Amino acid sequence: MEQAKPLSETGPEPQAKLSVGAYLANHLRDYGMLLALVVIMVLFEFLTDGTLMRPVNLTNLFLQNSYIIIMAIGMLLVIVAGHIDLSVGSVVGFIGALAAVMMVEWNMPPILVVPICLAVGFLIGAAQGYWIAYWKIPSFIVTLAGMLVFRGLTLALLEGQSVGPFPKNFQLLSTGFVPDLFGGGKPNVTAILLGVIAATAIVMLAARSRSRAMKFGIEDEPFSFFVAKNALVAAAIIFISYLLATYRGLPNVLITMAVLISAYTFLTNSTTIGRRIYALGGNEKAAKLSGINTERLTFLTFANMGMLAALAGLIFAARLNTATPKGGVAFELDVIAAVFIGGASMSGGVGKIIGAVVGAFIMGVMNNGMSILGIGIDWQQVIKGLVLLAAVIFDVYNKNKSR
Amino acid sequence: MQDIILEMRGITKTFPGVKALSDVSIKVQRGEIHALCGENGAGKSTLMKVLSGVYPHGSYDGDIVYEGKTVAFGGIADSEDEGIIIIHQELALVPQLSIAENIFLGNEIAARGIIDWPQVYSTTEALLRKVGLTESSSTHIGKLGVGKQQLVEIAKALSKKVKLLILDEPTAALQENDSQKLLDLLLEFKAQGISSILISHKLNEISRVADTITVIRDGMAVATLDCHNEEISEDRIIRGMVGRDMEHRYPHRTPNIGANLLEVSDWNVWHPESAERQVIRDINLKVAAGEVVGIAGLMGSGRTEFAMSLFGKSYGQNISGTVRLKGEAVDVSTVSKAVANGLAYVTEDRKELGLVLDETILRNTTLANLEGVSTRGVIDDTQERRIAEDYRKALNIRTPSVFQKVMNLSGGNQQKVVLSKWLFTQPDVLILDEPTRGIDVGAKFEIYSIINQLADEGKGVIVISSEMPELLGICDRIYVMNEGAFLGELAAAEASQEKIMSMIVTA
Repeated sequence: MEQAKPLSETGPEPQAKLSVGAYLANHLRDYGMLLALVVIMVLFEFLTDGTLMRPVNLTNLFLQNSYIIIMAIGMLLVIVAGHIDLSVGSVVGFIGALAAVMMVEWNMPPILVVPICLAVGFLIGAAQGYWIAYWKIPSFIVTLAGMLVFRGLTLALLEGQSVGPFPKNFQLLSTGFVPDLFGGGKPNVTAILLGVIAATAIVMLAARSRSRAMKFGIEDEPFSFFVAKNALVAAAIIFISYLLATYRGLPNVLITMAVLISAYTFLTNSTTIGRRIYALGGNEKAAKLSGINTERLTFLTFANMGMLAALAGLIFAARLNTATPKGGVAFELDVIAAVFIGGASMSGGVGKIIGAVVGAFIMGVMNNGMSILGIGIDWQQVIKGLVLLAAVIFDVYNKNKSR
Repeated sequence: MQDIILEMRGITKTFPGVKALSDVSIKVQRGEIHALCGENGAGKSTLMKVLSGVYPHGSYDGDIVYEGKTVAFGGIADSEDEGIIIIHQELALVPQLSIAENIFLGNEIAARGIIDWPQVYSTTEALLRKVGLTESSSTHIGKLGVGKQQLVEIAKALSKKVKLLILDEPTAALQENDSQKLLDLLLEFKAQGISSILISHKLNEISRVADTITVIRDGMAVATLDCHNEEISEDRIIRGMVGRDMEHRYPHRTPNIGANLLEVSDWNVWHPESAERQVIRDINLKVAAGEVVGIAGLMGSGRTEFAMSLFGKSYGQNISGTVRLKGEAVDVSTVSKAVANGLAYVTEDRKELGLVLDETILRNTTLANLEGVSTRGVIDDTQERRIAEDYRKALNIRTPSVFQKVMNLSGGNQQKVVLSKWLFTQPDVLILDEPTRGIDVGAKFEIYSIINQLADEGKGVIVISSEMPELLGICDRIYVMNEGAFLGELAAAEASQEKIMSMIVTA
C-alpha cells in the first residue's frame, strides 16, 4: 500500500469510560424502539390480564405478522436506498391470486408453484425497478402505478371471487410447525432446543464482535451493560421458545423469518452490496463518482422487494387458505410504517434490519393487544397513526439533539 | 464636485479562522459605474454581502454611509427598502413562473392579499420596455435565454425603485452581444442617475463602462483607480489583482519527472442538456510520472466539466477523444473502469459529490475500493479498520477515531478523508479539483505536502484551482483554460499570474 508519510503522529484520544446511564443516553436512538416494544408488551400483558403472552396468542402473533415482517426487510433496503415501494400490498394480493389459480384451478403442485410465484415477484420488482433505476422516474409514481395495476390484475385473475382451499402441504408454509424430533410430547423439546441454540449463537456473535472492537479500542459499551443486554436477549428468546413449545412448537414461518432476518442483517452489515446500498441512499452522486453502479443497485433492490412481497403473498394466502380480491390491501402502509418506526430515515442512507423488525412487532403487538381488548378498528387506526408520528418525532428529536 | 451615494469605511469581516475582509473602504459617487476587480475569493462578493445586509449589521466591523446617513441593515429587505438591489451571479428567478410573477415575487401589487393582475401586467410591460425586452409579461422565465433572464432581473430591480444596482459578474454566462446590451443598459441607467457597482473579471468590459475601479486582493482594497484622470491599462489592473509578492506558503519539492503517464487527445464534450452547445473543445493534455500539472482558469471556464467528462463520462454527452495511460489506449467510459485503469478524481464539491456525510470516516475511506477490503463480497471488518486507521494517521486526519461521522469534521479533515478514499484505489493519476477550497491555511499546507509526496512516489497529479498563486506554488506546468479550450501551457519557471491573467482576459 502506497501512501503519504505522516506529517505528525496523533494517536486516537483515549475515550473516557462511560457510565451505563450516559451510554444509554447516547444510544437512545438504537435502543429506544426496542425499549418501546418491551414497554408496549408489558402494558398489553397487564391490560389483557395475561392473554397477550399466552402460548396460543403468541403463536398467532407470529403468524399474523410474519408477512409484514418479511416485507419490512425488503422495504428497509428500498428506503435505505432512498426510495419507496407502494405496490407491495397489491403484489401480495396478486401473487396469492396467481398461486390460487395455479394450484386450485390448474392443479399444479405447490413444489412448482412456490418457485414460480417467487420468480414472478422478482420480475414484478424488476419491472418497476427498471423504470426507477434507469429512467429515473420517481419510485413513488412507478410503484403507485404498480399498486393500481396489480390490484386490478388480482381482481381480473380471481374474476372477483375468492379462490380456495389450497392443498394441505401448501398450507404448511404458514400454518405448519416444526415437528418435535424428540418424542411428540408437551412441551416441544425441539422448540426449546432451537431457542437455546439461537440464544447461544447470538450471545457468542456479540461477544466476538465486542472482543474485536476492544482490540481496536473503539468499544464504549460498558461491560455491565453488555452483559445485561445479552442476558436479557437470550432469556427473552429462550422464554418465548419455551412458551411456544408448550403450545404446538415453532411455527414454520418463524423459522423462515429468522433465516431471512439473519441473512439480510448479514447482507446489510457485512457485505459490499449492503455497504453500497447505504452509500447510494446517503449520497447518490458521491456513490456514483466512487464507481458504484447505482442504477443496477437500485434495480436489484426493487427486484428483491418484489420477491419478498411474493413470499409474503404466498404465506398470507396459505394462512387464509384462500385468495381473495382484497388480499393485501393497505399492507404497504403497515410495512412502511414498520420501517420508519424502526428508525429508518425518509431521506435514505439510514436504517437497520433489526429496527424494521422491531418496528413491525410494535405495530403487530398493538394490533393484537387492542383487538383482544375489543378496541374498534377506528380507534386502532388512530392510535397506530399517532404511534408512527411519535416514533418519527422521537427520532428527529434525538438526531437534532446529537448535533 | 463630489456627490457620494455610498461610502463603506473600514469594513472588516471575519469568519471562523479566516479574515475575509480587512479594513476595506470604498466610495461610490452618485450616477457612476464603479467596478470591483479581484481574483476569485479576494472578497468582492463578501463585501457586497456586507453592503446588502446578507451579513447583518453587527456581524462586521466598520461603517456604511448611504445617502449621507450611517445605516445598519439587518437583512436584504432593509437594504432593498433603501434602493440597494443586488443581482447575484446565480439568478434568483423561478423558471416555472412568468416574467410578471417573477418580477413581483414577494413584492406583489395586491390589496388585502388579492393580486391586481391588470396592474401587475401593465407595470411589467413598462419595465420590460425600459430594459429593452420585447417579450410578453406572461412569458415563462424558463423559455428565456440567460441574457434575457439577466435583463428580467434588472427589470425586477427597477420595480423596487433602485438607486444603487449591484451586479455580480453579470456577463459571465452571456454571449458577446448580450453582454454589450447589458453594458449599454448600465450606461443608460447612469445617465438617469442610477449608480451601479459592477463585479467583473472581463477587463475589456470594465475599461469600457467603469468610471472608477477598486481592486481587491486578499480581503483588502489595494488600489482605487479613477478612469477619467488617468489612462488605465489592463496591465495596471492585473498587477493590482495578483499583487507582487509571492509568499512562502508552499512546501518545496524537487521535481523528478519521468515518462508520460496520461495522455488525453482531442477531447470534445457537449452540454448534457443541449446537444448543440459544445462545452469542451479539442483539449490535449499530458501528465508525466512525478509531475504536478495545473489547470488555471476562471470559474465557468470548463475545468470541472473537463475533469468529470474524463472520469467515467460523469458529465456531458457525445464525448469524443482518446485517453492513453502509460502509452496504452484505455476505456474510461464508466467511473469503475476509470478507477480500474488508475484514474482518481477528487471532486470540487466534497460535501455534495465527495462524501457520504452521514457515514463514518471508515466507511467513506473504503467506499471506492470495497473490493480491497472484502473477499467474495464479504467485508473484512478488521482489515477495513486497519486500512482506515493507516490513512487517518498517514494523512493526519485529526479525530479521535475512524468511527466519527464525516459531517462532524472540519473542511480540511473532510478533504483528507476524500483524499484517503482515492489514495486507497491506488491510482496512477489523480485529478484534484479545487483541493484547498474552504480550508484553512495550515490544512492547505498539509494538502500541498501530500500532493508533493504523491508526485515523489511517481504518480501524476492534475490540480484544478481558481487560486493562481496556489498553482504557481505547487505545479511544474500549467495549462490555461478559457471557455472550454486550452489557451496554452506555461512551464512553472516562466509562468506568472500576470501572464496567466492576460492570457485569459485577452483571449
